[in-house]
Amino acid sequence: MKLYCLSGHPTLPCNVLKFKSTTIMLDCGLDMTSALNFLPLPLVHSPRLAKLPGWVSKDGNTFLEKELKECAGRVFVDSLPEFCLPERELLDLSTIDVILISNYHCMMALPYITEHTGFTGTVYATEPTLQIGRLLMEELVNFIERVPKAQSATCWKNKEIQRLLPAPLKDTVEVSTWKSCYTMQEVNSALSKVQLVGYSQKIELFGAVQITPLSSGYSLGSSNWIIQSHYEKVSYVSGSSLLTTHPQPMDQSSLKNSDVLILTGLTQIPTANPDGMLGEFCSNLAMTVRTGGNVLVPCYSSGVIYDLLECLYQFIDSASLTTIPFYFISPVANSSLEFSQIFAEWLCHNKQSKVYLPEPPFPHAELIQTNKLKHYPSVHGDFSNDFKQPCVVFTGHPSLRFGDVVHFMELWGKSSINTIIFTEPDFSYLEALAPYQPLAMKCVYCPIDTRLNFIQVSKLLKEVQPLHVVCPEQYVRPPPAQSHRSDLMLDCQPPTMPYRRCSVLSLPFRRRYERIELLPELADSLVPSEIKPGISVATVTAVLHTKDNKHVLRPTLKLAPAPPPSKKRKRVLEEPPEHRAPKPLLSGAVPIEQFLATLQKHGITEVKVEDTPDGHILHLQDEDTLIQLEEDSTHIICDNNEILRATLRDLVLRFLQKF
Amino acid sequence: MSEMVGFDGPIYMTHPTKAICPILLEDYRKITVDKKGETNFFTSQMIKDCMKKVVAVNLHQTVQVDDELEIKAYYAGHVLGAAMFQIRVGLESVVYTGDYNMTPDRHLGAAWIDKCRPDVLISESTYATTIRDSKRCRERDFLKKVHETVERGGKVLIPVFALGRAQELCILLETFWDRMNLKAPIYFSTGLTEKANHYYKLFITWTNQKIRKTFVQRNMFEFKHIKAFDRSYADNPGPMVVFATPGMLHAGQSLHIFKKWASNEKNMVIMPGYCVQGTVGHKILSGQKKLEMEGRQTLEVKMQVEYMSFSAHADAKGIMQLIRMAEPRSVLLVHGEAKKMEFLKQKIEQEFSINCFMPANGETATTVTNPSVPVDIALSLLKREAALGPLPDPKKPRTMHGTLIVKDNSLRLVAPEQALKELGLSEHQLRFTCRVQIQDPQSEQDTLNTIYSHLKRSLTRSKETKNNARYSYSEGQFVLPLIHTVCDVCPVLLICFHKQSLRLVAPEQALKELGLSEHQLRFTCRVQIQDPQSEQDTLNTIYSHLKSALTGREGDLTPNVIRSLSQVFKAVTAGKSTRTCRNERRPFSPSRLIQL
Repeated sequence: MKLYCLSGHPTLPCNVLKFKSTTIMLDCGLDMTSALNFLPLPLVHSPRLAKLPGWVSKDGNTFLEKELKECAGRVFVDSLPEFCLPERELLDLSTIDVILISNYHCMMALPYITEHTGFTGTVYATEPTLQIGRLLMEELVNFIERVPKAQSATCWKNKEIQRLLPAPLKDTVEVSTWKSCYTMQEVNSALSKVQLVGYSQKIELFGAVQITPLSSGYSLGSSNWIIQSHYEKVSYVSGSSLLTTHPQPMDQSSLKNSDVLILTGLTQIPTANPDGMLGEFCSNLAMTVRTGGNVLVPCYSSGVIYDLLECLYQFIDSASLTTIPFYFISPVANSSLEFSQIFAEWLCHNKQSKVYLPEPPFPHAELIQTNKLKHYPSVHGDFSNDFKQPCVVFTGHPSLRFGDVVHFMELWGKSSINTIIFTEPDFSYLEALAPYQPLAMKCVYCPIDTRLNFIQVSKLLKEVQPLHVVCPEQYVRPPPAQSHRSDLMLDCQPPTMPYRRCSVLSLPFRRRYERIELLPELADSLVPSEIKPGISVATVTAVLHTKDNKHVLRPTLKLAPAPPPSKKRKRVLEEPPEHRAPKPLLSGAVPIEQFLATLQKHGITEVKVEDTPDGHILHLQDEDTLIQLEEDSTHIICDNNEILRATLRDLVLRFLQKF
Repeated sequence: MSEMVGFDGPIYMTHPTKAICPILLEDYRKITVDKKGETNFFTSQMIKDCMKKVVAVNLHQTVQVDDELEIKAYYAGHVLGAAMFQIRVGLESVVYTGDYNMTPDRHLGAAWIDKCRPDVLISESTYATTIRDSKRCRERDFLKKVHETVERGGKVLIPVFALGRAQELCILLETFWDRMNLKAPIYFSTGLTEKANHYYKLFITWTNQKIRKTFVQRNMFEFKHIKAFDRSYADNPGPMVVFATPGMLHAGQSLHIFKKWASNEKNMVIMPGYCVQGTVGHKILSGQKKLEMEGRQTLEVKMQVEYMSFSAHADAKGIMQLIRMAEPRSVLLVHGEAKKMEFLKQKIEQEFSINCFMPANGETATTVTNPSVPVDIALSLLKREAALGPLPDPKKPRTMHGTLIVKDNSLRLVAPEQALKELGLSEHQLRFTCRVQIQDPQSEQDTLNTIYSHLKRSLTRSKETKNNARYSYSEGQFVLPLIHTVCDVCPVLLICFHKQSLRLVAPEQALKELGLSEHQLRFTCRVQIQDPQSEQDTLNTIYSHLKSALTGREGDLTPNVIRSLSQVFKAVTAGKSTRTCRNERRPFSPSRLIQL
């Protein structure tokens, strides 16, 4: 069993598991932090960005002037943003049988894999994961396609040139694998390969393994996966949460008794408490709005935003902010809000019981009804008419490189009464802000990451007790910025097996048994004999049929007389299997008294018995034959008398157990 | 059941059912108790207590009820949240369909089940023989009738159950009204149906593909033309269409409206579903024109009565389709009219050649299942079997041999050697030693040459025969003639001739692969050689002769055979494997052997 690690990003994993003749890809995460090296894509022409000076190397060379621009001491690529794909050279991706998706953030690289590698398999995901994943992809494509850029920078990627660039461009890795965004057509084609599954549904793969998604508690429809055969169990834990937010709680007990537990997607901000961050978010928001400033919240259009809206729903009345408009701007804002209301089965218990009333599970329905929350597909159109300040705007993309958020950064960045509040943990806020420097607006960092922290994870591991733990190498040492915090790393028994991008791990597991079925007719013919108390054995000679990785034993067929050679083409497969009884193994000892009695019955009377240290020697005088009986051997020495030999053989065999 | 009879186990249902069920129960209770005055009936509190025992399940989720019993829900289509359940213990399973519908309609999808091969499929058979005409025709017919009635100023009453057909027909009329730009009001009876529509909105994932896809732009359950009904509207003049509950006209609002409108021949009542015997619905459908009502009143029915099967049950075609999907080993039909079921039963038995039962109420049907026995097989044994032959063809059935160990309820199939080891038993060696006397007038050298050529011949011959494995391996006796022919002529070489050396006939490697490397049955043939030399010298002579004979013709022998032969010879010269060597010089007698 092998694990191929195609992504180095711990929360956007992409691993391939080879297990019992199946090849399973676990998640398909797209590392979008590469986009931070690019200039933002403004929705309307931005004179500031247009006027940025081109980059000139130290020796005054200007050949990259067009591709690279400098802003506040940092160099950015002036091109459509590109993303860092999972490794595609480590193994032949066309051999992948299935892709298991754990949550909608971990499927963003799907079109790259399913459309350009010869992939012919199936993708398994829950319905919310598919629907919301589709929205996120649609949004991404929309963000990028609506601001076409004529030029695409490629020169800087040249290894020789990249070496000369200033940091961090110099240090970016895997630049050659960076790719620009896919198209909507590719998204649709990729998602058409998705097969919907529900929690605790058992899905058979080629009869060899069974996969089961389990609730992971992180987002709508997010799942951990169990990949098991009858005797081996691999748990894939990715993006799980034990906090009570909107999704169904995490199913922990089903992870027990795993041989291997692959652990990815822990919290990216282990030092921040999501509840505290939520409080800070509200108070900063209120403070800014009260002083007449605007609040910008760069966020994904699904996920934490539901919790933020719910929190605000309770907060705005108590903070008397009822007159402040909330805007949610995204091409998929409406869909995201609508979809969130129809996945009752995937929600936590509280929200489920609301649906039974029947009421919408999320209170943002009421915010929309009362006109406190308004959603728009973009800043163009209706929004410009309705727009009132001060206000709170939720919009994407959290990298601040594309989407409507770029417009608001340009609009509000110069005024210090405005605030930007970062809630998504995926991007470093300082890097995200870099191309907007110098910036006057206030900046608050309240990352809300509900995924497992190290305390929760070690508790979880203690509880489910996997035999082996596999995790990204980032988790086995403290974060580089806090190298003294030894509590911010995984510490468990047995020691973890860390991986990095391009690792190939051999998972330590020996398969010993396989499931086989005895047909009832065969089972009927077996007569187990009790060898030891509680242990019975039976010798089985049967025909083994293997089909679809399932093994069945059928009774051996009596050899039928060979059918007359037909004129039709011979079909080799239909020939009955060779029938032969293998020589049995013998066990036991021949009891001397009973043996003598039996001999007598068969007319052998003249027997001289002699005791030896190991047993007896019988001399059949009339037949001039010796039989040496020892505890675990019998030696018959006779003349060339085949009839006698056969008789003796049968008699001895009567007393022995055959296997 | 749970409260009045005392069932206290868990109750499993889908989320929409869990949401709607208490409302239906409460509605049912109100009609029965409050309107009809039934006293021995459940209370509102009982409904609440009952719902506390409910565990909601998702489609395709496998729920482990206890260690052995597991259930799985499949989409059934019939009404919102309808499910079929597969119940499984070990390798045996039953599918219970409940009501289901195999044709997608305007708001629900079609029932679906995978090829789960249950032992018994319990299917409803409400429409056992009806193969309904195309849905489109029925819909057109319905719309035409409604339209005509409304055009001539009549009122249309459509008795429905709150869930299911109501929504289907609402969507149908809504789109028709939209298209034809009609103005006549459409109402549905208050409360329940309105609420039901709200459930449809929240459980949109349970509706059909089309509605799910477009719900963000336009939710099909937000009706423009259909408004809530008020009791007073029934007396309004002019045309109108009213959906009212319950569906069989046995009580409630639908009956109330029916009474008001029945005497006007301009009006129409459309029964979109099945009516149980004894209900007003059943009576008017069977053509009764005068109805006896409570208080000895008679009601003359002048309004037009139409029956249109819109109820979402599978028809005969649908039932057959489901059987084809699930591939059950037997079918059990429930719910329906005996005559029709008998017909369907025959059809099922004919087409699928499986047993079909249709027990009457209270009758017990027994079906015998024949499950396979799951056993754990040692991978080593399985792989060994799979590796047999030069090119293992996984599809070709192979004979395999193993030992089944039954211990603490576990069944394991392992290789016999492993079984011995596990049981702590030692192997019992069974050997035979036979004495063959050869009277050979030739010189020693010639004897050896004869032996050698014979041996070579028999070896090569056996090599051919080994392909015919049946011959050399099938039974001890089969092999023996061969031994004899060899034994008789090669006194020296086959001194130690146990079963393994017998299989010198095949390349040793192949033998190993055949799993025959363990051998207990052994033959030793004793040959007397009269040689004046000392014992040691005799052995040396034999050895050197043999060696030169063997090496001299190495090219003729396969390396395998040489190795095997020299192994045998080494064993012989070392005097380890048999005592006979040391006694060759003297005439041999059993008694001498004993002394050794």
